[in-house]
Amino acid sequence: MSSGMHWWIVLLVVGNTLGMWWLIWWASRPRAGEAATGDVTGHTWDGDLQEYNNPLPRWWLWLFYITIGFTAIYLAVYPGLGKFRGLFGWSQEGQYETEVDRADDTYGPIFASYAGQDIEALAKDPEALQVGQRLFVTYCAQCHGSDAKGARGFPNLTDAVWNWGGTPEAIKTSILQGRMGVMPPFGPVLGEEGTENVANYVLSLSGRESDATKAAAGKALFDTQCVACHMPDGTGNQALGAPNLTDDDWLYGGSLQTVMATLTGGRNGQMPAHQQFLGDDKSHVLAAYVYSLSQPK
Amino acid sequence: MDSQLTYNYKVIRQFTIMTVVWGIVGMTVGVLIAAQLAWPALNFDLPWLTYSRLRPLHTNAVIFAFGGCALFATSLYVVQRTCQTRLISDKLAAFVFWGWTAVILLAAITLPLGITSSKEYAELEWPIDLLITVVWVAYAILFFGTIMKRRTPHIYVANWFYGAFILTVAVLHVVNSAELPVSLWKSYSVYPGAIDAMVQWWYGHNAVGFFLTAGFLGIMYYFVPKQAERPIYSYRLSVVHFWALISLYMWAGPHHLHYTALPNWAQSIGMVFSLMLLAPSWGGMINGVMTLSGAWHKLRSDPILRFMIVSLSFYGMSTFEGPMMSIKTVNALSHYTDWTIGHVHSGALGWVGLISIGAVYALIKPLFNREFYSVKLIEVHFWVATIGIVLYIAAMWIAGVMQGLMWRAVNSDGTLTYSFVESLEATHPYYVVRLLGGALFLLGMFVMAWNLYKTLGRSAETVPSTAAQTA
Repeated sequence: MSSGMHWWIVLLVVGNTLGMWWLIWWASRPRAGEAATGDVTGHTWDGDLQEYNNPLPRWWLWLFYITIGFTAIYLAVYPGLGKFRGLFGWSQEGQYETEVDRADDTYGPIFASYAGQDIEALAKDPEALQVGQRLFVTYCAQCHGSDAKGARGFPNLTDAVWNWGGTPEAIKTSILQGRMGVMPPFGPVLGEEGTENVANYVLSLSGRESDATKAAAGKALFDTQCVACHMPDGTGNQALGAPNLTDDDWLYGGSLQTVMATLTGGRNGQMPAHQQFLGDDKSHVLAAYVYSLSQPK
Repeated sequence: MDSQLTYNYKVIRQFTIMTVVWGIVGMTVGVLIAAQLAWPALNFDLPWLTYSRLRPLHTNAVIFAFGGCALFATSLYVVQRTCQTRLISDKLAAFVFWGWTAVILLAAITLPLGITSSKEYAELEWPIDLLITVVWVAYAILFFGTIMKRRTPHIYVANWFYGAFILTVAVLHVVNSAELPVSLWKSYSVYPGAIDAMVQWWYGHNAVGFFLTAGFLGIMYYFVPKQAERPIYSYRLSVVHFWALISLYMWAGPHHLHYTALPNWAQSIGMVFSLMLLAPSWGGMINGVMTLSGAWHKLRSDPILRFMIVSLSFYGMSTFEGPMMSIKTVNALSHYTDWTIGHVHSGALGWVGLISIGAVYALIKPLFNREFYSVKLIEVHFWVATIGIVLYIAAMWIAGVMQGLMWRAVNSDGTLTYSFVESLEATHPYYVVRLLGGALFLLGMFVMAWNLYKTLGRSAETVPSTAAQTA
């Protein structure tokens, strides 16, 4: 903040506050020649509208003085007058950091002790799972649902289908670093007819209803354009997050129309990274909870 | 004095009738979106019936259509009566009425279509913003022009408040709506990031302060002493609280942005100036309520006066609640919860709604010179509306405090005790009660409309007297 701005703020704030003080002090003094208590001022509007000139109620005056006094004290203690930081140096950023530090001191050890254990072992510990579930409904449920069964574009975490791997370590990596599931748009490359052919072939891979002639034509395109990620047999590649196309499990939908839309426009799946935000230890417990969801009970 | 002088009552009658009409429209939309919060399926999967589009329609309709028409009607009536002169131009008056009606109709079309600038209480897009500016300037010329050719030596206190309201709303609208059009129906704010947020809430809170408070205090300062047939309690108090109110309100906006990217100093100033606003706000309540001293018995027989006095009680209550909620510690609990919604509606339904309704009832006799079809129905309206408000704000207080407490509750491991959905589930019964409260208030408006319809259908007692009164 420039010093011009600083003094401008100080001037306005102090000026207005002192102005209020002066206003009520001035208005509460009796003046010669004015209407006495209980008398009207002598002006009349619209036939019968008149005004008494009763004094300001004492309790009201005091209320006003007290709020002005509070303002003076508050602006001495807390930041408010331009660059002046207040006597205690308080700031909302400082308050936030203090509260986070205190929470880390209190709760950190709980999560540190969980972090020392193996994810597979934690996934069988009912208490750890309860903690994990609470984290899940706070941080994950918005996309994956509170039952973790996902939604269109957001994977179901309770089944055996994993685009990026379902091992404890892979799940933890997904949470910590996030994932970018990018399917590039193939519309310009395949053309309208080619897109329809490839879509029919893709549907045939999982035994869905498809046009055999078009699927056959699509296979040739698939073998050149799609195999790099989805593999020649269409089973996908978890290292790239390329979904298995043979399992009849669909992230964005498995109708001919939707598959064509996926091919034409591509897809951008975003799992945000949580390392900075949740830290290693909480992510560890969360990974155990997510891992437990797809394990046989 | 000129014995041929008459007042322009045509524009007043138009705005008075439209106050009731737009009140019913705006509150019906409010009741619908309240029902949607309880049962989301009620948007019927139609884009123009979704909550996100109807909510701004509701706020614009009740503030600027219902509240706006009440302010136009009363201010143009009061300025003529207390200045003892006719409006300076009948054509300009007609332009203000039809211009404002056009603004309202455009809002009613564009908002459900999803055309919005996304600035709260200033959602209308730039072509409509321009129209608002033109109409507002015409209104200002009409009002201040009439003040200038007044036949009374002094300017009545109600006109100070109307004047402050007209001037400030002009400044607020122009500054906050500064935007860069990219097409006929899309524009972007010229302000970046946190500055945009600050300008928005400087506008937003002063819309509360000058549109919904100063303007309606103008109504109070004329209609309460008129209806009570008593002098205003204290001229001195009116001077002090007027200047205090208008200078302090300007600073209060940042309390909407506590614990955000807004710099610390601005947040603190917003908080302390909001606290200093308590006394000046109460000054208006004291002056209104104490005007009744010596005439309390009139409350028993006059339901119109009762509307006004209960309105002042809600004004006192919400102007106490507001400064309390602006304290950072309280705000940390109340912010983003339905407590805010409860607070707003205790002001909107309780203060703005009831004083406007009272003023409309009070205007019927002088404007149309007819006896009410039924005074009993005014009583019914009063009770239905009051019970509706109490249900509404009590439900939202409980819901809001509960949400705030649920959101901050933590387990022994530091995780949140409740997920957001759990707090939403817990709120459901209160949403239903709120819907009931809002529906009752709306029912009262229908009772009023029926009563006025039957009243205006009666034959006039004598020729309506529009002749100016001598002082």
